[in-house]
Amino acid sequence: MDTSKAYHTWRKLKSLAMSGASFGCALLAIAPLGFVLFYLIKAGAGSLDWRFFTHLPTPVGEVGGGMANAILGTLVLLGLASLIGVPVGVLGGIYLAEYGTERANWWIRFGADILNGVPSIVWGIVAYTLVVIPMKGFSAYAGGVALGFMMIPLITRTTEEVLLLVPNGYREAALALGIPRWKMIIRIVAKTALKGIITGVLLAQARIAGETAPLLFTAFGNRFWTHNLKDPIAALPLQIFTYAISPYDDWHRQAWAGALVLILMILFVNIGVRALTRGKLSGVGR
Amino acid sequence: MTVNLTINQKTQATAKAAGPDDHPAVPVTEGFVANGVTVPKIAFEVDRLNGWFGQHQALFDLNLKIPATSVSAIIGPSGCGKSTFLRCLNRMHELVRGARLEGQILLFGENIYAPQIDPTLVRRRVGMVFQKSNPFPTMTIAENVTVGLRLNGVRNHAVLYERMEKALRMAALWDEVKDHLHRPGTSLSGGQQQRLCIARALAVQPEVLLMDEPASALDPLATMKIEELIQELKKEYTIVIVTHNMQQAARCSDHTAFLYMGRLIEFDKTETIFTNPSNKQTEDYVTGRFG
Amino acid sequence: MERHLDQELADLKQILLRMASLAEQGVAQALKALVQRDDVLAKKVDADDTQLDQLQIEIDDRCVKLLALRQPTAKDLRFVTMAMKISTDLERIGDQAVNIAHRAEELNKEPLLKPLVDIPRMGDIVRGMIRDALDAFVYGKPDLALHIIKRDEEVDALNRQLHRELTSFMIEDPHTITRALNLMSVAHNLERIGDHATNIAEEIVYLYEARDIRHQKE
Repeated sequence: MDTSKAYHTWRKLKSLAMSGASFGCALLAIAPLGFVLFYLIKAGAGSLDWRFFTHLPTPVGEVGGGMANAILGTLVLLGLASLIGVPVGVLGGIYLAEYGTERANWWIRFGADILNGVPSIVWGIVAYTLVVIPMKGFSAYAGGVALGFMMIPLITRTTEEVLLLVPNGYREAALALGIPRWKMIIRIVAKTALKGIITGVLLAQARIAGETAPLLFTAFGNRFWTHNLKDPIAALPLQIFTYAISPYDDWHRQAWAGALVLILMILFVNIGVRALTRGKLSGVGR
Repeated sequence: MTVNLTINQKTQATAKAAGPDDHPAVPVTEGFVANGVTVPKIAFEVDRLNGWFGQHQALFDLNLKIPATSVSAIIGPSGCGKSTFLRCLNRMHELVRGARLEGQILLFGENIYAPQIDPTLVRRRVGMVFQKSNPFPTMTIAENVTVGLRLNGVRNHAVLYERMEKALRMAALWDEVKDHLHRPGTSLSGGQQQRLCIARALAVQPEVLLMDEPASALDPLATMKIEELIQELKKEYTIVIVTHNMQQAARCSDHTAFLYMGRLIEFDKTETIFTNPSNKQTEDYVTGRFG
Repeated sequence: MERHLDQELADLKQILLRMASLAEQGVAQALKALVQRDDVLAKKVDADDTQLDQLQIEIDDRCVKLLALRQPTAKDLRFVTMAMKISTDLERIGDQAVNIAHRAEELNKEPLLKPLVDIPRMGDIVRGMIRDALDAFVYGKPDLALHIIKRDEEVDALNRQLHRELTSFMIEDPHTITRALNLMSVAHNLERIGDHATNIAEEIVYLYEARDIRHQKE
């Protein structure tokens, strides 16, 4: 082996070049996020005032108004979606982790992964068929159903992963005390993994908060407050879409603001979740 | 075979005693005097027990009678089936996918593997402490001790508190934690955590306590405390302990079973096993000449 | 599996065997000193006894260490505990031989009282007992040990007989008293040696068979 100084220097140079190149590519990957945030703040921050958060949209052509109903609508839709997505997803995750056989689990996971990749507009079509047509109209319920179905595979997988992290010793200890299996799973295992489960739920919510396509023909959007969930409801992504493709500058301005609010909401949830869990997804360990 | 029966304490009189070749038709019960000799109460009667993990047979035709209110140790080299056997005693063996067993085990006369028996109820009568202490991390010390009671429907706070104090006293932990009952169970030292697990098991008032190498993860001082505790507990409970440490078996137990490759080689009083075992394999193992 | 403990146990066995042969030698030489009226030999027996004492100390020391450090069990435990007891009995045999040697020196100062018949016979039996005990120990033959116990009765009978005979001597002629008493003492010493050999036999039975046969009435 050549151990001369020149060889060492050459090796060092190669190493530096490699790390430099990979660092550069990493920067390249994150750059778009930086650009987007920067541009959004530049374009939308100026429009963020208390009016934006409290006023309804103004009639077409008029300046001013806000996106209060869209912000509330997004929250309502998230709530409805969670009513469907959380129980089904969590229980599905529990089945995978605690009850399923290897064969059944393989198929379920396979299905969940495929569902995760289904284009979101397809979920819209499903909800349209299941809810909009029977109800003969667009509604918050339909939007909730579409978003809820999207949440299910996400939450199922994260719940399963987190439950599998709980050491088997706790299950055995609980069973050895004569605690029935289902109680052991809910009161001991799920409780131990609760932080992780909540994390999964929050992340799923952040993910679907920005979905537009499924809401196009389910929630449909609303210029006013929605007083009944059977009626169409406004949502941030929908509103942004409507305003962005309109010919009005004022609406463009508001669209940027809305996009900024949406991104900030998602960012806030993500950062909050990271801060709360600080690397641990379960209550295990000291 | 006729037997002279004298009813001693609260017993059920047996209608007929078993002959030498048939298995007991009626269980032998507490302290009855047969032909002038007091028969010790039997906690577990293991009858032709065979156990498998899938296709692999782990236990071969085990037959033994474990006496009550005493300590029985199970020793043998690694992989000989000690833990597997222990888990058969509280129906934990069957929780492993593909595990099965044949034969029967009588717990104070009742076959715990009878088809109509609910394993959960068996596990309330036969408690277990594991090698690695595992207090539930989301619960305080008090909650850990009472979890077996609470999750089985006991709500009365007075009862819970009383049972918790009793269990912690029996586990020799009360004085150390009585002022910190609200602290998380995981805030204790290793030895204390293990005693907490013992208290947790005792709180449901089992009849038997199974211990799977309870001190192997502990330092010598903590180990000694556990061994002292076992000597105290045996006055009220039947204890079956699996240990790979022969000296521990010699110190702690009244009876010792030597298992090798899934078979019971010898089961006798501990003093006999360690001064004059009947079987050469036992002697070789006990003197350290193999294993 | 060979272990360090096996080597230590083998060493212990060797020392015990040495002690046993020294003890047997001591008895043989003491009796020879008596029969052949040899004072030099008698003094030698006395001097040689210190070896036996040292070996007993060494055996006890090794055994205590083995118990503390190795925690022997089953037959190893029986071996170590019996080794301590056997060494004690061998040391006492040595002491009795020294006593015989001293009596020999006393008796050599006066002419023979009577031809020595019974005492050599007792000596032979007793020496045989010691040798057989050695064999039983070395070869692991506890049944040999049981025969030893039977022969002790013969030794006891000879002792009683000699006692009666010498008593009648003393009654007839007071001038024989000193010599007679010395001879009785020798017989008594030999009887004690027989008892110690019997003890060793019992200890060997316990070692190999885990049966305690001491103090059993016939």
